[in-house]
Amino acid sequence: MPATPTNVPEPSRTDPALIRNFCIIAHIDHGKSTLADRMLQLTGVVEQRQMRAQYLDRMDIERERGITIKSQAVRLPWAPTEGEGQDKTHILNMIDTPGHVDFTYEVSRSLAACEGTVLLVDAAQGIEAQTLANLYLAMENDLTIIPVLNKIDLPAAQPEKFSEELANLIGCQPEDVLKVSAKTGIGVDSLLDRVVRDVPPPVGVADAPARAMIFDSVYDSYRGVVTYVRVIDGKLNKRERIKMMSTGATHELLEIGTNSPEMLAADGLAVGEVGYLITGVKDVRQSKVGDTITTLSKGATEALGGYKDPKPMVFSGLYPLDGSEYPDLREALDKLQLNDAALVYEPETSAALGFGFRVGFLGLLHLDVIRERLEREFGLDLIATAPNVVYRVIMEDGTEHTVTNPSEFPEGKIDQVYEPTVRATLLAPSEFIGSIMELCQNRRGVLLGMDYLSEDRVEIRYTLPLAEIVFDFFDQLKSKTRGYASLDYEPTGEQSAQLVKVDILLHGDKVDAFSAVTHKDQAYAYGVRLVAKLRELIPRQAFEIPVQAAIGSRVIARETIRAIRKDVLAKCYGGDISRKRKLLEKQKEGKKRMKMVGSVEVPQEAFIAVLSSDESASKKK
Amino acid sequence: MPSVLPDGEPVPDDGSLPASALTGAAERPLGFYLHVPYCATRCGYCDFNTYTASELRGTGGALASRDTYASNLVEEIRLARKVLGDDPRPVRTVFVGGGTPTLLAASDLVTALGAIRDEFGLAADAEISTEANPESVDPAYLAELRAGGFNRISFGMQSARQHVLKVLDRTHTPGRPEACVAEARAAGFSHVNLDLIYGTPGESDDDWRASLDAAIGAGPDHVSAYALIVEEGTQLARRIRRGEVPMTDDDVHADRYLIADEALSRAGFSWYEVSNWATSDAGRCLHNELYWRGADWWGAGPGAHSHVGGVRWWNVKHPGAYAQALGDGRSPGAGREILPDEDRRVERVLLELRLREGCPLSLLRPDGLAASRRALADGLLEPSAYDAGRAVLTLRGRLLADAVVRDLVD
Repeated sequence: MPATPTNVPEPSRTDPALIRNFCIIAHIDHGKSTLADRMLQLTGVVEQRQMRAQYLDRMDIERERGITIKSQAVRLPWAPTEGEGQDKTHILNMIDTPGHVDFTYEVSRSLAACEGTVLLVDAAQGIEAQTLANLYLAMENDLTIIPVLNKIDLPAAQPEKFSEELANLIGCQPEDVLKVSAKTGIGVDSLLDRVVRDVPPPVGVADAPARAMIFDSVYDSYRGVVTYVRVIDGKLNKRERIKMMSTGATHELLEIGTNSPEMLAADGLAVGEVGYLITGVKDVRQSKVGDTITTLSKGATEALGGYKDPKPMVFSGLYPLDGSEYPDLREALDKLQLNDAALVYEPETSAALGFGFRVGFLGLLHLDVIRERLEREFGLDLIATAPNVVYRVIMEDGTEHTVTNPSEFPEGKIDQVYEPTVRATLLAPSEFIGSIMELCQNRRGVLLGMDYLSEDRVEIRYTLPLAEIVFDFFDQLKSKTRGYASLDYEPTGEQSAQLVKVDILLHGDKVDAFSAVTHKDQAYAYGVRLVAKLRELIPRQAFEIPVQAAIGSRVIARETIRAIRKDVLAKCYGGDISRKRKLLEKQKEGKKRMKMVGSVEVPQEAFIAVLSSDESASKKK
Repeated sequence: MPSVLPDGEPVPDDGSLPASALTGAAERPLGFYLHVPYCATRCGYCDFNTYTASELRGTGGALASRDTYASNLVEEIRLARKVLGDDPRPVRTVFVGGGTPTLLAASDLVTALGAIRDEFGLAADAEISTEANPESVDPAYLAELRAGGFNRISFGMQSARQHVLKVLDRTHTPGRPEACVAEARAAGFSHVNLDLIYGTPGESDDDWRASLDAAIGAGPDHVSAYALIVEEGTQLARRIRRGEVPMTDDDVHADRYLIADEALSRAGFSWYEVSNWATSDAGRCLHNELYWRGADWWGAGPGAHSHVGGVRWWNVKHPGAYAQALGDGRSPGAGREILPDEDRRVERVLLELRLREGCPLSLLRPDGLAASRRALADGLLEPSAYDAGRAVLTLRGRLLADAVVRDLVD
């Protein structure tokens, strides 16, 4: 193993010709974090004894789920062991990208900060849909692709087969595919050499007005917002005043520097360099991913392209199980928002669930992660309503409504309803084509095309309503393909559809939390399924309770919970008394956990069971 | 008595009670329950603390022997005398239950009763009952019990239908319990009870009516009718889980209860507790009423529960461990709880509400009182009794007694 290189160029004084900016594109579990760990060790920036697994993943959830939610950038010194530039210390900026479909926009900004990417694929599994989507994104950005198969030490590895697949995808020779084991470290030094050899150095105008692109923005409770940037042109100096070009807001540069991997202050960042800056802002929405930073004096006039405001695609109502925790929920969301510009929420009141928030998310993983963090880091017990998408409803009189909560779907004469659509890409072994097409067809999908990636792996493309994906599509896909299929999707716009709102009535009272917007053809099935489930879950009470599903005033399904006639233990003698009193105490505890809907007592379990899909409910058990 | 013991604090080795338990004891009647933990065979629905010969073989040795069991009971009665000290109360009721008490020789039951008489004395009008299995008694056995001081007997009839008895694993032949009533009367027993079970899988409304008619026709002065409770861990629960026999629906239980109340009322019985009917006040089981009215009783035998002045305790379950404790001169108590005032109030509401006299409204707190007004409006409480300051269940209220209790204890 080479010693730590000497004569390491300093930030703000690094020759762009020695800089290599690259990222790693990989699927969850394909070993990206482990590879990053090896690189940190091999380049000597983290000492052996300080090493811990998945060094760069900060949040517990990231480490546990093996996914990276927020990206990072690390400055690695590396002197190639062979070839041109041998023994000359280069600066490798490794930009860690988020690995999930919900964060495609963040991925695209990370890619825009790089000139090359390492395409890391598990040698036992081959490429997955998400990786393929990010690969296409990288190719569109003209990045140099370095194909790498990881986990070649696994007995199940098939390096020949998947080298072939990668070669076909990116148009190289199978021999060009590097074979490494991030776990054992085999091949990682050659990979670093390849990065120096193949990835082009950044090309920017050193003496132009400064333009730096924000590719990540992280809230730190001690330092405020830490903004990660790639300097495209010019230079940023410490203690300078800077300007956010999308808003025109100006800030003092309190600190500027690089990560190795801990933050290390520097004099500035010059053209082509990657690093962080701190301005004292407390909220990531003031330092938005994709925005361009310039200097206040003699600043650039034209921003870099590609900036977009994050737009929530999926909404869910979040309610504390215990109503008194509402202020805690608000505080927790406020805190999470400091670090998540895409998280939006507003207060909402449900007759059934009390006070809560309607929360907008980028997608399903985003929803899952936020919910899990609220429950785990903030200790909240939550009920989440079934996720829904945003509908645009045009009435016959021409007025337009934007519906983010099904219970607010307008009544009256509706002309058109528009729902968001996505273009979905599914990768799977070809034996599952039938089941995948059946699933997509059932979800109102329109087949766009199909291609074989290799003899037995196929890429299938569909247009699907986003609403059909947000509920349990992914679980269904996994179970129908024994976990082999992978999915990626991107929003493509909207379509007009025959959508209706189905309400659920308990004893004549509408339960807002159970209202859903469904396709006309699925409304009946939804209604029947829900009333049957509720009949099962709501205990019999002193009076008969009709459970109905209705579209407007038209009832489409009905069940009856019969009045309870017997609730008495036959025997109560000397030895039964203690037991009976304890049972009574337990039953009274249970009664406290009931929510009143009109005059009906509904157990919380019923809400949870109905609002979660069967699969995810059983998964959590 | 269910076999699962509650959690509690340990009982002192000498079985002594806190002083509070004996405060005001003179005002409360004192009873004795004697548990006989033996059965010839175990019935599929039973989760009581009882053992067959084969279940005991090799587990407790001589200590758990049926032949010497009466002497264990005598020892515990002597322990009770020590614990209760100079408590002057004569014993008002004795009830021998099981298990199958009549698996013991009649003389054993008489011996145990004798120990109570010797240690405490019996009140002049004391009620002395035993449970009996129709197959294990005959006129000679009954005569011996009667001569020994027993004056009330309770037969486990359960059903008049062979197919129902079979599901319950009861071995007696239909008609035998009714004959027992006549034999008991002939032997001089003044009070005779028949126990019935309804809602057994496979039983029809007509089967149940036939059982009621047969029981009434036999001429007891007391009938207990219980909905079959399928207890976890019993053979019957396993058979239901495997789908071999159907689970009886609660609504069927409700219908059967109404049938029972109707048939028994027509025959001159009136209810005095949710599951108990008697032809007159004298026919009521005084011993059971002690349980429901918060009186004191000492339960002797493995797994038996006792209550004295707000202290409830229970004995170790296994006959071997029980005999061992007594042999070592220790209390066989396994655990106890000393009830705080609020728990005693809650118990009073939940027990007294099951009785025909109901519970006084003065026991209720404001929330419970408000709930009682709703229960009255819903037809679950009797208006005339309510006006007189008592919560008394109506017929429909009796079927929903647990729900009413949950609201009233608030």
